[in-house]
Amino acid sequence: MKPHVARPDPSSPGSGLDAVARASVEAVIASFESRQDVLLPILHGIQDALGFVPPASLPLVASALNLSRAEVHGVVSFYHHFRSEAPGRHVLRLCRAEACQAMGARAIEAHVRRRLGIGYNETSADGRITLEPVYCLGNCACAPSAMLDEQVHGRLSLEAVDRLLDGCGEVA
Amino acid sequence: MSRRIFVPRDTSAVACGADAVADRIRSEAARRGVDVTVVRNGSRGLCWLEPLVEIETDEGRIGYGPIGVVDVEGLFDAGFPGDVRHPRALGLVENMAWLKRQLRHCFSRNGITDPLDLADYAANGGWAGFAQARSMASEAIVQTVIESGLRGRGGAAFPCGIKWKTVLDQVAEQKYIVCNADEGDSGTFSDRMLIEGDPYRLIEGMLIAGRAVGATKGYVYLRSEYPLACRVFAEALDTAREAGWLGSDIRGGGRDFDIELRIGAGAYICGEETSLLESLEGRRGQVRFKPPLPAIKGLFGKPTVINNVITLASVPDILANGAAWYRDLGVGRSRGTLPIQLGGNIRRGGLIELAFGVTLRELLDEFGGGSASGRPIRAVQVGGPLGAYLPESQFDTPLDYEAFAAIDAMLGHGGIVVFDDSVDMAEQARFAMEFCAVESCGKCTPCRIGSTRGVEVIDRMRAGTDAEADEVLLRSLCDTMLHGSLCALGGLTPLPVLSALKHFPEDFAVRR
Ligand SMILES: Cc1cc2nc3c(=O)[nH]c(=O)nc-3n(C[C@H](O)[C@H](O)[C@H](O)COP(=O)(O)O)c2cc1C
Ligand code: SF4
Ligand code: FES
Ligand code: FES
Repeated sequence: MKPHVARPDPSSPGSGLDAVARASVEAVIASFESRQDVLLPILHGIQDALGFVPPASLPLVASALNLSRAEVHGVVSFYHHFRSEAPGRHVLRLCRAEACQAMGARAIEAHVRRRLGIGYNETSADGRITLEPVYCLGNCACAPSAMLDEQVHGRLSLEAVDRLLDGCGEVA
Repeated sequence: MSRRIFVPRDTSAVACGADAVADRIRSEAARRGVDVTVVRNGSRGLCWLEPLVEIETDEGRIGYGPIGVVDVEGLFDAGFPGDVRHPRALGLVENMAWLKRQLRHCFSRNGITDPLDLADYAANGGWAGFAQARSMASEAIVQTVIESGLRGRGGAAFPCGIKWKTVLDQVAEQKYIVCNADEGDSGTFSDRMLIEGDPYRLIEGMLIAGRAVGATKGYVYLRSEYPLACRVFAEALDTAREAGWLGSDIRGGGRDFDIELRIGAGAYICGEETSLLESLEGRRGQVRFKPPLPAIKGLFGKPTVINNVITLASVPDILANGAAWYRDLGVGRSRGTLPIQLGGNIRRGGLIELAFGVTLRELLDEFGGGSASGRPIRAVQVGGPLGAYLPESQFDTPLDYEAFAAIDAMLGHGGIVVFDDSVDMAEQARFAMEFCAVESCGKCTPCRIGSTRGVEVIDRMRAGTDAEADEVLLRSLCDTMLHGSLCALGGLTPLPVLSALKHFPEDFAVRR
């Protein structure tokens, strides 16, 4: 999936988005009232639709909510959940927190990073997997845990993680 | 008659394959022409047995676990559904010692009912607290909660009724109930399990809170790391609203109350109440200075009750059974029950609800059955990432807010994370600093900068150029964070660090 970003045109808000992405962003914005407190729900809506929050969408959000672009950018950058770049086809979140550490999460982390050849918040060269850290998935009694896209997996072994990665297609 | 089979839809059960097991049971039953109804219940909290499959019989529910997809055919071959011989058979689930020893109040329905079935909820004691509250004046509801001794379960253990009274006493055209379902503490999952397994209980608790303080609008701030809980709760809100439990003129009682679900965005600090309010208002989750208290000037500047999920979910039973019933449970100033979460390197982990006063050792040995690896348990961290690490010599500490404070530890949200003797405690201390650096809201220097320095100092200690001087530096850094931070993220990160240093100094020695 290519990022929905075309060459920006500073003259009109959101002009750096292609038509499809722009329509999704506008549809999300239109489904909310124009109040600052819906900023997070709007950002969630955009990320759910596009997989990330394109920087070029921020002026659209800002003007709809009567905020400055800097304010919206400040919010997007504060929250770890929001991505500013398009992710790979799958997102794998490894739990780095204590209960998972106690059950071997550090070895899993090292293994996955080695196999994919990437660090956190990076995407494998073939564009299949984006790796992200997460601090607890609430699965601490069945650790170690990871979330592949929206699905949590527990009691992970190195072999089980390999099967998850295999399921995402060939990874260099 | 169709036989009811229960397969939990709880995150931990699903993480261990419950969805596939449920599908396989349906298809295998269809293939064999056996009439079954698969109910997706919440979790009993017997996490080590997930997926825990139960069959309804005249004698009660018989359990099998853990059951994988590969086990399903064999179960049917053995005569499933029915009380069949099987290596994974557990007998009557309610007779299992692990459950029998507990005091399930807050979690009375978890794993038993269909989480989204309103009739099931009502048939199992649901709405009894609300019915009682409805016949009471606001002051009387608040007084009941005060007298029950209920303290906030989110970590700070502030008396719930006192907070409610402050909000009740405010004169304002709008007040709010905000439920803190951010559950950022690692090693904790009771909020998630409650929301996934008995969501109407939280709704009932919020309805009662609304009546008590005169609020008509509630928010639930639920973390984005819990997509399943988000789906279940959104559905519960719709169903409750359709049935007239939310909205205007609730069940003909002339009062209005509605709840909006808001999803967090992966910031640990947004569990801190003022940061949570900032986030709800659409801003960066930066901690606010107090005063003003949220109870006086909270969400959108209006008087606001902010409570943890478990605090609110404890309220219905208190109303239904009376303050004295709750106050009579527990020890010291820790009254009632605590849903304890046992996780990490433990053989039988899960959710254990007990009256305060049980010791760590009882939990680790009698419930937990020792470590999962079979090696000796060396340390436990209680109360999340800001909680202290406790060595074996402190395992006789009773679960009681004051007893934990007395040993420079914290009970927090009741999570216990177990480590065996392969743990490297300097690595754990380093992680505590690293986590603080990642999650700091950036408002104060000791937290934002000090945590990064902390990581570096621990690395240097172990590299060993001048370990003694570095230890002095680490202690003084912790002191600065402890005294110079606005909130408990910077203020309590020294707790895991200093406890690791105190109880496991050998792990900080130079690595060669
Ligand atoms: C860094 C930090 C994180 C917190 N995270 C949570 C949380 O995830 N859930 C929660 O209920 N309380 C959390 N709290 C406590 C809240 O600030 C607040 O005390 C609580 O929501 C009040 O509800 P209660 O009285 O019912 O516990 C956190 C506090 C701090 C300082
Ligand atoms: S201690 Fe840390 S998280 Fe808390 S207010 Fe200060 S900078 Fe923010
Ligand atoms: S610590 Fe990994 S799921 Fe809780
Ligand atoms: S914002 Fe206050 S220290 Fe930087």
